[in-house]
Amino acid sequence: MADITTLRTAAETGLSKLFEVRRLKLPGSAIAREEAFRFFEAAGLPHRRVEAFKYTDLRAALREAAPPAEAPSAEAAREAVKTAKGFAEAEAARLTFVNGHLVPALSDLGALPAGVAVTPLTEALTDGDPLTQRFAPVAQANENPIYQLNTAFMADGALIRVAAGAKVERPLHLRFVATGTEAFSTATRTLVVLEEGAEFTLFESHEGPGGVAYQPNDALDAIVADGAVLRHTRLNAEGAQAVALSTISVRLGAKSHIETVNVAAGAVFSRHQIYLLFAGDDATAAVNGATMLGDGQLADSTLLADHAAVGGVSREQFKTVIDGDATGVFQGKIIVQQVAQKTDGKMKSDCLLLSDEGQMMNKPELEIFADDVACGHGATCGAIDDDLLFYLMARGLPRPEAEGLLVQAFLGEALEAITHEDAREAMIGVVETWLAGRR
Amino acid sequence: MLEIKNLVVQIEDKRILNGLDLTVNDGEVAAIMGPNGSGKSTLSYVIAGKADYEVLDGEVLLDGENILEMAPDERAAAGLFLAFQYPLEIPGVATMTFLKAALNAQRKARGEEELSTPDFMRRVYGAAEQLEIDRDMLKRALNVGFSGGEKKRMEILQMALLQPRFCVLDETDSGLDIDALRIVSEGVNALRAENRSFLVITHYQRLLNHIVPDTVHVMSQGRVVKSGGKELALELEASGYAEYRATEAA
Repeated sequence: MADITTLRTAAETGLSKLFEVRRLKLPGSAIAREEAFRFFEAAGLPHRRVEAFKYTDLRAALREAAPPAEAPSAEAAREAVKTAKGFAEAEAARLTFVNGHLVPALSDLGALPAGVAVTPLTEALTDGDPLTQRFAPVAQANENPIYQLNTAFMADGALIRVAAGAKVERPLHLRFVATGTEAFSTATRTLVVLEEGAEFTLFESHEGPGGVAYQPNDALDAIVADGAVLRHTRLNAEGAQAVALSTISVRLGAKSHIETVNVAAGAVFSRHQIYLLFAGDDATAAVNGATMLGDGQLADSTLLADHAAVGGVSREQFKTVIDGDATGVFQGKIIVQQVAQKTDGKMKSDCLLLSDEGQMMNKPELEIFADDVACGHGATCGAIDDDLLFYLMARGLPRPEAEGLLVQAFLGEALEAITHEDAREAMIGVVETWLAGRR
Repeated sequence: MLEIKNLVVQIEDKRILNGLDLTVNDGEVAAIMGPNGSGKSTLSYVIAGKADYEVLDGEVLLDGENILEMAPDERAAAGLFLAFQYPLEIPGVATMTFLKAALNAQRKARGEEELSTPDFMRRVYGAAEQLEIDRDMLKRALNVGFSGGEKKRMEILQMALLQPRFCVLDETDSGLDIDALRIVSEGVNALRAENRSFLVITHYQRLLNHIVPDTVHVMSQGRVVKSGGKELALELEASGYAEYRATEAA
């Protein structure tokens, strides 16, 4: 039998070369990085024939492996942050990352809310902080090539620990800003550990320049212990040419709750992956997405909810607005393990098509091994209702305003899930800005 | 005020209006009655500018200006208002937000300044009180979960707020109980003015006991076949539409 040689793309070859150079320079033990990269390398960049990437051809999107960004100068960091708008009006403590590097001078490390402790990732990895043993709270993520790349290349980030019972009112805002004129890549990893009964609100914003094909890969690991509540709002306002990859992995303890909302309008190509593990009984999750896409954009939301305990409740609602020739992708998989009786899972993806050229791909999957569960999924796709449009116009609203009001109403359902008022207002503002850009 | 001349309209190759002529003068309340399928609702939609209808001939003049070329929002800004037979539910749009957007869009189109929030609230609450609309309803999504009567009252609230010059009421009485009919009629009557005209479309005389018309027109087969004073409505109530259906058959 003849040997089969797999053709490697320029990006795959480039990533291997980069890893060889970087692996010993990056902080912490190289073992975990090595293992992750070997797994990645064996399969390569995922493409259309890989089921989980059927609609989102990462191999085609990532032509070259861009070099990791160096830490910016203080001056460059200050300039970059001036352009950052995400959650700017919201009252919060901030951690600022420029090109994937924590900038202490632009962060509130010394003024964190009571009960919250933050360790920069570089420091934690170098010192062998025990919390670093708790990365990858959902094992399935380790099999994912995007997460593998993040594990291999993670260069900075933060470990955030919220003390047991601490009800932290002041949110923490992780502000990621990219700057530069030539292609670069970033890889950040943030671990949030909420101890028993803690309550915490986290904002994440990702912004960058329009004219650069940069490649961010951000991972947020969260461990939500028994009775704890994590509220998380994430904004993807990446630059127009960015290929933006992100993963959130959450392990839910008994009677804990996660609220996570991803609002995406940026990047030419983006994939946001959500892994949820219902590890303790009676945990609940509200997972929402609001995505706005225009010409040339592709955005993928991929969700895996693994119910491994009794009485878990998950509600997932994804709303996508598509204009021009954009493509939206939603893949949602709910697993109910045999032990996970009384699981109640509902997943829905709705798409509003504003053009004839756009497309939406929906792939819901249910794997149910328990017999006393309520699980459902649904997907809708449609244009703006002409009768509603006429009603609004008959009251004097010009067509763009009438359409805008209906788009806001459509996305509003997903945004209303954001508990924190400042965050909700900020995200409504993102929708308004997007609509203004259409007119 | 409103002049309709030889209006010929079809939808999907089906002729609905066949050379309709109608004039409504300043300050006049004109009622249009007629059997099912005579084209009454089509007339209201064509006046308001719904896209599904193809106008083959004729004109609709509002103060001498042909409005058929205008988009629905331009017609609204010109002072036209249609109270829908079936007001639409718009989930996710708070009634208050919608009212403000509509009012300010019209003001903007007319070159007027936007209303300040307190001024706007005062107007809305004033109109709501008269129509016995609860303030909580204004916070809810537009028409979502409203009863038939509440929806119709909300239509009249919009009319009161937007202060149009020409109002078309498309079967506003349908689905109303006696109390709601009274409230809605009082709301309309309060808006009657020398420089404001109404076209009231209805099947029944009942509404016209509350909103007393100056003229009554009978529609059949897409045309006005008889016109008269308010007594014509009473005649119709007694004799029914049989005479006009017979005309259709002939």
